[in-house]
Amino acid sequence: MRHHLILRVITKLLVGTIFLFALYVQFHGDYSPGGGFQAGVIMAAGFIIYGIVFTLEKVKAVFPPWLVHKVVALGVLIYAGTGIYSLFYGYGYLDYAVIDPHHPVHGQHLGILIVELGVGVTVTGVMVAVYYAFAARAPSLGDEDW
Amino acid sequence: MASAISSEPVHHIALTLSDQLPALQVLIPFVAAPLVVFFGVRSLAWPIAFLASLGSLAVSVLLLQSVIDGSEISYHMGGWAPPLGIEYRVDTANAFVLFLISAISSVVLAYARGSLKAEVPEKSHTLFYALYLLCLTGLLGVVITGDAFNVFVFLEISSLSTYVLVAQGSYRDKRALTASYNYLIMGTIGATFFVIGIGFLYMATGTLNMADLAERISEQRDSRTIRAAFAFIVVGIGLKAAIYPLHLWLPNAYVYAPSPVSAFLAGTATKMAIYVLLRFMFTVFQPEFLVEIKILEAVIIPFALIAMFAASISAFYQRDIKRMLAHSSVAQLGYMLLGIGSFSHTGLTATIIHLFNHGISKAALFMGAGCFVFAIGATSYDKLKGLGKSMPWTSAAMVIGGMSLIGIPGTAGFVSKWILVQAAFENGWWSFAFLIVLSSIIAVAYVWRMIETLYLSAPIQGMTAKEAPLSMLIPLYLMAFSTIYFGFATDITLEASKAAATGLLSGSSGLR
Repeated sequence: MRHHLILRVITKLLVGTIFLFALYVQFHGDYSPGGGFQAGVIMAAGFIIYGIVFTLEKVKAVFPPWLVHKVVALGVLIYAGTGIYSLFYGYGYLDYAVIDPHHPVHGQHLGILIVELGVGVTVTGVMVAVYYAFAARAPSLGDEDW
Repeated sequence: MASAISSEPVHHIALTLSDQLPALQVLIPFVAAPLVVFFGVRSLAWPIAFLASLGSLAVSVLLLQSVIDGSEISYHMGGWAPPLGIEYRVDTANAFVLFLISAISSVVLAYARGSLKAEVPEKSHTLFYALYLLCLTGLLGVVITGDAFNVFVFLEISSLSTYVLVAQGSYRDKRALTASYNYLIMGTIGATFFVIGIGFLYMATGTLNMADLAERISEQRDSRTIRAAFAFIVVGIGLKAAIYPLHLWLPNAYVYAPSPVSAFLAGTATKMAIYVLLRFMFTVFQPEFLVEIKILEAVIIPFALIAMFAASISAFYQRDIKRMLAHSSVAQLGYMLLGIGSFSHTGLTATIIHLFNHGISKAALFMGAGCFVFAIGATSYDKLKGLGKSMPWTSAAMVIGGMSLIGIPGTAGFVSKWILVQAAFENGWWSFAFLIVLSSIIAVAYVWRMIETLYLSAPIQGMTAKEAPLSMLIPLYLMAFSTIYFGFATDITLEASKAAATGLLSGSSGLR
């Protein structure tokens, strides 16, 4: 990838912006189109483009497969944990009113934000894991093979 | 929405632990699965999975105790009342199936610890247990939920994890991969048909809650949309339940899956699908609807009879113990369908009790087959010759399981066949009662073939087999003895099955 100067520079510029946009879609999801799933896919796209341009090894150094597994599980735990928190306070599973008992609407608002964060985290992990699974199978191309 | 965010305190009646049981039933394995992955420590995976399974078993016992008198529990997810919100509804029928699933899961997990070491490399164990827990979550979720679309979601959770679990058998035999892929294609077609059916129902009624659906369908019975929905749902679930002509995925999936997976699936997966079939036929669509479209005479009974004979005969011709058991499963599903087809209280009781009794017998048999895999790495008859001497405990457990499969008095299998024959007599179907007995004679033949191989054939020269370790034998015997226990102590299973049948026939999950 030494020769592809434009690709490398543009990718380096883009990756940060992609992550930022992912976070925007994540946290603005309740006002505009978006939410956890879309944000997770965008976030993962940042890692994937980095992997495509700078090889699989480089992106695996940043986001190692063992961490991907933990991230996948962490998102589900954030989601389910919100529900279990409400169980402990005598509310139904995933009854977000528990987060702000005096203003249930506030609670619902915050609750959606938290579980969507869980969705985002898991989707990021799963998309990256899928990319790793497919990319690892293909023999990597050397620079002289182009 | 300024008015909604007022500063007045909102009163809320706190739910106690016993109110939360329906959610906990599914939640315990569901949370344990990502925990196993999150810790990622191999030595912790099995203890977490086992504790979670025991936890959901405890919950299912408590639930069964509180609904065995025919009462119902309704749980509102997220505090949203049905029919808008997702509802978990527990009555006797599903509490009984929940108990079956979580009990088999717990015993099989105890057994899996030893068995898995021989079949799957250690590095895959952590993810294996996580998938096992997800599969359990899916099965429990399908059974407990009162929301038609939620059934689909949980069905997919259990199916997707099952495909991967079956593929884990590829470390022992590469054919597990094609078996799993076949199952994936067939299972996905089934799930697609099911969700198309749900879509039609939603189109016709505008609701997804089962109780609400039941009420609205009975108001506008004769609509093509509803009939099409019914057809799609029956075929979709029929694929999952391996109803006779739709059973082709089953033998390979059961044969090539790792032994604990075979035991778990044989005891629970098709049983869950039969439960869903019952729930849709009798609660969502009313019994009168079934009579009107003549599905029982045209579809259920003929295929039940063909399954009883064709699958039993093909079980007789198999040369592999696991394959024989898989074909016999299809035959036994025929008995359950015949129970539905007899369309009476006794018939449904027979279906539900056979669902339970066959679940535990088949789980015991597949666990025994797993012990053979552990000892000699094979289950084909020519390798098992004369193993009754070198593996006496495993072989004896196989005989107990086999007797229950035939339906010899004193085993669980006898109880369910007895009630099925009673149901046939009640309807005046003397010929069907005769056919049930006749197909049991074929079962005698295929079980005898197994016994003959184990005990009466000369052992292969130079074959040394060591008995399976206690960690596998104890769960195996727990399951084998429970087939005898439920053959004598019929009051628990019979009471639960009768109450479940009453609930299904009265359409008690309707809003009335």
